[in-house]
Parts: sequence; C-alpha cells; structure tokens
Amino acid sequence: MTSLGNPLRDPQDRRLPRIAGPCAMVLFGVTGDLSRKKVMPAIYDLANRGLLPPGFSLIGFARRDWADQDFAQIVHDSVREHARTEFREEVWAQLAEGFRFVPGDFADDTAFHNLRLTLEGLDLVRGTGGNHAFYLSIPPRFFGDVVQQLEEHELVSTPGSGWRRVIVEKPFGHDLASARELNDLLARVFPPESVFRIDHYLGKETVQNILAMRFANEMFEPLWNSNYVDHVQITMAEDIGIGGRAGYYDGIGAARDVIQNHLLQLLALIAMEEPTSFDAVNLRQEKLKVLAAVQLPARLDTGTARGRYAAGWAGGVEVPGYLQEEGIVPDSTTETYAAIRLHIDNRRWAGVPFYLRAGTRLARRVTEVAVVFKRAPHLPFAASATEELTQNALVIRVQPDEGMTLRFGSKVPGTAFEIRDVNMDFAYGGSFTEASPEAYERLILDVLLGDPPLFPRHEEVEASWRILDPILESWARKGAPEAYASGGWGPASSDALLARDGRTWRRP
Amino acid sequence: MIELTDTNSAQIAAEFVRARTRAGSPAMGMVMTLIVVVDEAGAPAAMAAARAASREHPARVLGVILGSARGRASIVAQVGIGQGWTGETALIRLRGEVVRHPESVVLPLLLPDSPVAAWWPTDHPPDPANDPLGRLAQRRITDAALVSRGKLKALHGQCAAYAPGNTDLAWTRITPWRALLAAALDQATPSVVAGVSAASVTAERISPSADLLAAWLDDRLRVSVRRRTSAGPGITQVTLETAAGPITITRTDGRLATFSSPGQPDRPVALKRRDLPELLAEELRRLDEDNIYAATARRLVELARG
Repeated sequence: MTSLGNPLRDPQDRRLPRIAGPCAMVLFGVTGDLSRKKVMPAIYDLANRGLLPPGFSLIGFARRDWADQDFAQIVHDSVREHARTEFREEVWAQLAEGFRFVPGDFADDTAFHNLRLTLEGLDLVRGTGGNHAFYLSIPPRFFGDVVQQLEEHELVSTPGSGWRRVIVEKPFGHDLASARELNDLLARVFPPESVFRIDHYLGKETVQNILAMRFANEMFEPLWNSNYVDHVQITMAEDIGIGGRAGYYDGIGAARDVIQNHLLQLLALIAMEEPTSFDAVNLRQEKLKVLAAVQLPARLDTGTARGRYAAGWAGGVEVPGYLQEEGIVPDSTTETYAAIRLHIDNRRWAGVPFYLRAGTRLARRVTEVAVVFKRAPHLPFAASATEELTQNALVIRVQPDEGMTLRFGSKVPGTAFEIRDVNMDFAYGGSFTEASPEAYERLILDVLLGDPPLFPRHEEVEASWRILDPILESWARKGAPEAYASGGWGPASSDALLARDGRTWRRP
Repeated sequence: MIELTDTNSAQIAAEFVRARTRAGSPAMGMVMTLIVVVDEAGAPAAMAAARAASREHPARVLGVILGSARGRASIVAQVGIGQGWTGETALIRLRGEVVRHPESVVLPLLLPDSPVAAWWPTDHPPDPANDPLGRLAQRRITDAALVSRGKLKALHGQCAAYAPGNTDLAWTRITPWRALLAAALDQATPSVVAGVSAASVTAERISPSADLLAAWLDDRLRVSVRRRTSAGPGITQVTLETAAGPITITRTDGRLATFSSPGQPDRPVALKRRDLPELLAEELRRLDEDNIYAATARRLVELARG
C-alpha cells in the first residue's frame, strides 16, 4: 500500500481511506465466543465501511462437519446479531462468495493439505494474491500444533508469494518463561513483524486518545510529573463474576488476565516520554523504556493485595462466591482481585506511586485512569472554607461512557466562602463514537494493512512479565487469597495498601 | 421545541440556555455550528439530515429560511435541544427587510471559538464565499445535483467560483469510487500504472458527480477521459485502459459493483449510493481546504473551456 507511483493517491487527499490489499484470512477457532461476537462482525463492519478489498475471503477451520454454506450461515447469524453497522445485502454479496470452510483438527494432515488447496483456489478465483492472515482464536496450547502444520504444508511465507501474518490473542503466556516459549514457537516460523498480538485495549479510541491528549495539547504536559502529580490510580473493574470462564480463569487470576497486558499498557501510555514519532518502532521504544523503569514495592506483602469474591449480593442479585462457581476446585488459590503499587524510577515520576487494581464481581464495570494532583501548597482561605476540597484530578474513562473528567475546586454560591469539588466532563462517547470503529475493526484492518503501532511486540510482553513474575511468586507461597464481599470495591487489604500511604482509592 | 415569534438573536440565545437548564444542564461538548440555508419546502428534510450528521459531529444547527424581502422585518424561531443526542437546533424564519441581513441574526448565535459550516441543501448563491452567510463559515457546502434547475451550470459555476473552504456534495458522492480506483492502481505494477492510456466514465446524461470524476481522472492521470451516457442510476461504469487490458468497475443497480482487472477474476464489491446524512458527516469531518477538490474544480473549468 504505497502512494509511490500511484497517480490517484495523494497524501493531501485525506478523504480516501486506506483499503487493505487483496487477501484471505484463515480463522482457527470458528465456534468460539470471540470469533462470533467480535471477529466476524468486525469483518462485516469493515466491508460495510468500504475498507476491505474486493475478493477478501474468510476461511473457517474447525472440527465440524460443515460445508462452505454452513459456515457462511454461522457468519451471517453472528453478523446479524453482533455487527455494529446496518445489515446490507450488497455488502453481504461482496463477502458471501469468499467464505470457505475446512473441516479437521489440528493434528490432521489431510485437513491442512485441504487448507492449502483452498487458499490456492482462492488466489485463483478471488484474486487474493497469496496474501494470507492466520487468526489463532484458540487456546495457546494448540499454537504449537497449528504453527507446525502451517510450516509443514508450506503455508507460511515463501519468497515472492505475498505476505503471511499470524494473529494471536491473550494470554501471551502465564509467566516470563512461558511467554518466551510461546514467542519462540511463533518466531521459529514467522518473523517478528508478521506476528500481531491483539490487545484490544490498544484499539480503543479512548486509549489512543491518551496519546492525543498528552502530546497534542500544551496544558497537560507541564503538570505531568512528580512536581504536580501526587499519584496515579489505574482501575479495571468487572461487575460480573467469572461465569462460564472457569476453565480459562482458574489458575490464571486477575493479575495475569488483565494487569499483565491491559493495565501495564495503560500505565506505559500514561507514563512514557514523548516518542519522536508515532510509528511502531519509536512508540515501542518509549513504552519499553518506561516499563523497564518500573520498580516493585520493597515489601511485596504490604505493597500488593489480592482477594477472591465471596457469595453475596451484587447489584440486587444474589450471586455465588468464586469457590461455588461451576468448575472451580475447592482448594483453588486463584485471585479474582489484585492491587499493586508500582514506582517508576526516572526523573519525571520519582516518588509518584502508580496504584493498579483489577477485579471481577465489583460494584460496577469500569476502566479508568485517574491522575490525582497534589494539594495546593498554600490555601489562603479559612480552614472551614476548604474542608470539602480534596485533590484535583484528571480522570480518563476508558470504558464504558468513554470520556474525561476534570475535578477541581469551585466556590459554592452564597454569602459564606466555601469551596467544594466540582467535575467538568467531556463525554467522548456522546460526541464522536457514532462513527468510530470498534477496537477489533481497527486492529483487524491494521493487520491486513501490515500496520503495527497498536500491537505489543514480544519485548513488551516480556517486560510486563518481568514486573509481574516476582509478585505472582510471592502470592503462590501464601495460599488462598482474602475473601471480599461481592458487589463492593474489593478486599480490606487493598484499602489498607493505600491507607498505609495516607491515600484512598477513588470510587470510580 | 419552543416557538418564539417576533423575536431576535438575544432571545433565541436565551432560549438555548433555558432549554439546556430544563434538561438538567447536560454536558454539551458541541464542536461546531452548522448553518443550513434552505427554503420552506426543503426545511424538514434538511434539518433531519443535519441532525443525523450532528450525531457524529455534535453541532448547534441553525436552519435559516429566507422568505420574501418585502414588508416589515419579522423573525420567527423554533428552538430546541437534542433529545438523545448532544446538539441544539433553531429553525429561524426571516421575512421582510431582515432577509437582506441574515448574518446579523446568525452571527450572535455562533458557538464561541469553534468552526462554522454553511450548507445549502438545494439552491445556492453563485459565489458562496462572498455570500453574507457564507462569509461566516470556513466550510461552505453546496449541492449541484440537487439545485432546482441547471445542475451542470450550477456545477460549473461552483467550480469557477471556487474559494478555499468551498465544497460540493457532488464531489463527496464519488469518494467511494475514487477510493476503489486508487486501490485498484495500488495493486497494479508500476508499468501498468504508467501505462494507463485512456479512461472513461459512464453515467446518466446529467450527472455533476460523473463530470467531477472525469475531471479528477484527467487531472491525476493526464490522459483523455471519455464521458459516456447510460440510463443510470448515477455513475454506472468507470474504465481505465492499461497496456495489460482494461480495469473496469461496473455498477448498474446503484448498490453492488463488479470489479474487473486484467489477469484477475471478476469480484463483486459493495458500492452503495449514500444518503445525505452520510455525505454531510463526511464533509464535516475535515474543515480545512480540500486541495484535491480545488485541483479537480480547476481542471473541470479548463476542460470546459477546451
């Protein structure tokens, strides 16, 4: 996709969207929730926005006795139910001729031989030009089999036959060693620039807006350091429990599930220095620098907290505790809530703690970053006037209700002089999201275009495991986590963690 | 909606504030003012389209209906804030002498320090940049395809009167065609691209969009572009002649096109004609000068001169 030599392209012609070149995508794990709720609808929405090339083809691979049209029906249903844009027959017609299904399991040589024939056929009848993306929407333990099969059947890159890319989802391992193992497995067959790790948080508009807010404005950056910032709170809360995810969640826990990827990526974007440009290399360098500067608390027992939800009432509904969830063993020590205090050892952030917390079955579903500022060094008011004034804060709401809140003090109308906190709100959701693409749309398009800035590379994955590994090891020695009430804001030890520093968690 | 009769700008502005207070002072976050200059018959449809477009670009939408300039000046306004979307609308009917001074009504109602766009859904002034309302806006949107008579004359007039910030929805309508054609040449080898020897655009006999597309291809490719006539709807075919054979996009039903290129199978591609809110939303996405449109307009005028 270069404008070089194409007279119809002009950098000034910003109406023209980037349309991916001809290509086919192979989806492993067709029947999974993620495929049906996110990937397939995103493909339709991309086509509806005119961003997929004519001839784009989607091949499903699964152990099902399906024909092409059965697979097309599955996609049709998923699109009807989950797509964000209106269903239009002509868009469906563009896609429909490109659906193929290859039955078989990952050990089945014949199936992969068929897959190869199918792809070669598509190159002929749909003009996909040997450009193939492999979307591994399957548990990581099968990656080895699939990658090996792809290699054996010469489905990975051979010179002069278009590009080959592989897309993987979290978890990227369960500790540093396994992450490396997983990476070695992929790296043996795919070069690093062809491996796309999906962290859907990085595809979210609000997360990308952190970069715009910090580096396109003049008014925030001067305050963005330890002179003015007291501390930072990064929260990711789910109101639901683990539900049907027992098989995935048990043994993983909140820290591995979301802190390792989403929360540490958010921390990196909030804390990093300005990259020289927003291309993948420079952006990654800055993120890596700040992740490498992260310091763990000196004592892991007082600098971290973890918990597990107990049976109770959440949002007016009676709910089971973690141990009563179906498929959880009684001696499980998996945490469903994790909180960590981190420091960043550089000039900008010296002495500013970053508190990260993630949990399920909390009071409400929310992800936000709160930058809490220091108090004014001197208040020329009577003590009674500022009793209700707390600290200024800038809150970036990532989901739901995307936007930003600025909290500052204001005089209460009346004759007495009294200052109270007020909130100023920017609702990103109400303003621009109508036409803004879903995270998966943006990320899938970027894969097809070969545009890597929004995908974490294995160096970043390893850097975050290096932060988390010692904490996980210390927790593993300590047995079962503390119980916390469902539908609240986590265990007492988490509140104590901040209280020791003279601070409290925001109620998000 | 509150109706104010025999009113003025200050009362309209005060009504905006009251309406917001009644709604509990929700966060507004409006990003621009959109002035819609329309006649009585076209007003409901135009205001609906503007409201729909302002879902993507929250705006204060000011509809201005210019009535007869005779008699005593009178202003009647319907003022309301959006229900279910962040925006405000006022439909302002001017009659009598004030019709000659509409900018005096609109200027006090512009949102502070944010962009202004003006849109003429049907008939438009010959030189929008020097129109009293057009002068207030940095984006001036006309629609040569929807004028009441003389579409091609309207298009040529707009191209000749081009000023930075002007744009026409006839141009907006061909963005998907242009995107597909550009993508087609992305895929071709440099020798094929350099070897484009001729092109043609087939459309209804009267189609401002087709003429703009032909002028764009002519300007970018520097080859002669034939303009052919078909029964429509809209543009039905575009062909680029290359050394290897023709690259053709054919759309006969206004919805689904067929893409053919040398050595490749024919492929269907969705290419639906878009409706007004979508076109308007695209137009409002960028408020700076559209240099490509400027070059195309210049080319169209040159070609007409021969």
